[in-house]
Amino acid sequence: MSFNLHKDKRGITVVAVDGQLIVGNRQELKQAVLDALEGGARKFVIDFTRTGYIDSSGLGVLVSLSKKIREQGGELRLAGLNEDLQTLFELTKLDTLFAIAKTPEEALGAF
Amino acid sequence: MTLRLALQRLARDSGLELLLDVPSDLELVGPAVELIVESFPPRPLSPHRLSFNLRTALAEALSNAIAYGNRHDRSKLVHVRVVVAVDHIQVHVSDHGEGFDPSTVPDPTLPENREREDGRGLFVLRHLVDDVCFNEKGNAICLTLRAG
Repeated sequence: MSFNLHKDKRGITVVAVDGQLIVGNRQELKQAVLDALEGGARKFVIDFTRTGYIDSSGLGVLVSLSKKIREQGGELRLAGLNEDLQTLFELTKLDTLFAIAKTPEEALGAF
Repeated sequence: MTLRLALQRLARDSGLELLLDVPSDLELVGPAVELIVESFPPRPLSPHRLSFNLRTALAEALSNAIAYGNRHDRSKLVHVRVVVAVDHIQVHVSDHGEGFDPSTVPDPTLPENREREDGRGLFVLRHLVDDVCFNEKGNAICLTLRAG
């Protein structure tokens, strides 16, 4: 399992991505978040503190999830991107689509 | 499914060549990337470029070849050849598809394309490596990463 999903004390769903988010495991992340959304969760933090690399499929699934969460009146925040991943978001201009915090604690505090 | 990596020394410049055939299954992208990266010598790429740039570039090139080239047909292989020289490496990835014209790929950073789920692979690749080139048909890509 490359994802760990839990709720913090305020009920915000935190998903930690271990290793990589790429074409081979993106569907697993998507389904886990969509299941939580269907179960009533509306506030999400995806934590990349332990993530080494993300390919374009991984970026794509984040875009898709962000749209689906917004359609349900929810909000997705990203946190813990290392320098390379932060650069990837900036190059692709995806930093303009997402609220990105330095740490998961900062992302949780912003809700 | 077991992936088998072939390694051979190149006589001319004491380089190394890694060969891997990958069935067209996206589940195999991650294992194939790890197999190649873990077989790499400590030079000429820095640990950082090896663990981020090469990993991500390999994942992009493989998934494009499997999805858009071989159209997920598991009977077709994606061929990977990595040449490790003293001052650079080259990654050749080819598929059995019809090929494509890379100049027709839309810019994913334009406002109208930013919320698309796909279409970022080639753009990301170009920023991860020092050079990207294609064969005339467009079904083989060559990525060059210089030492460092």
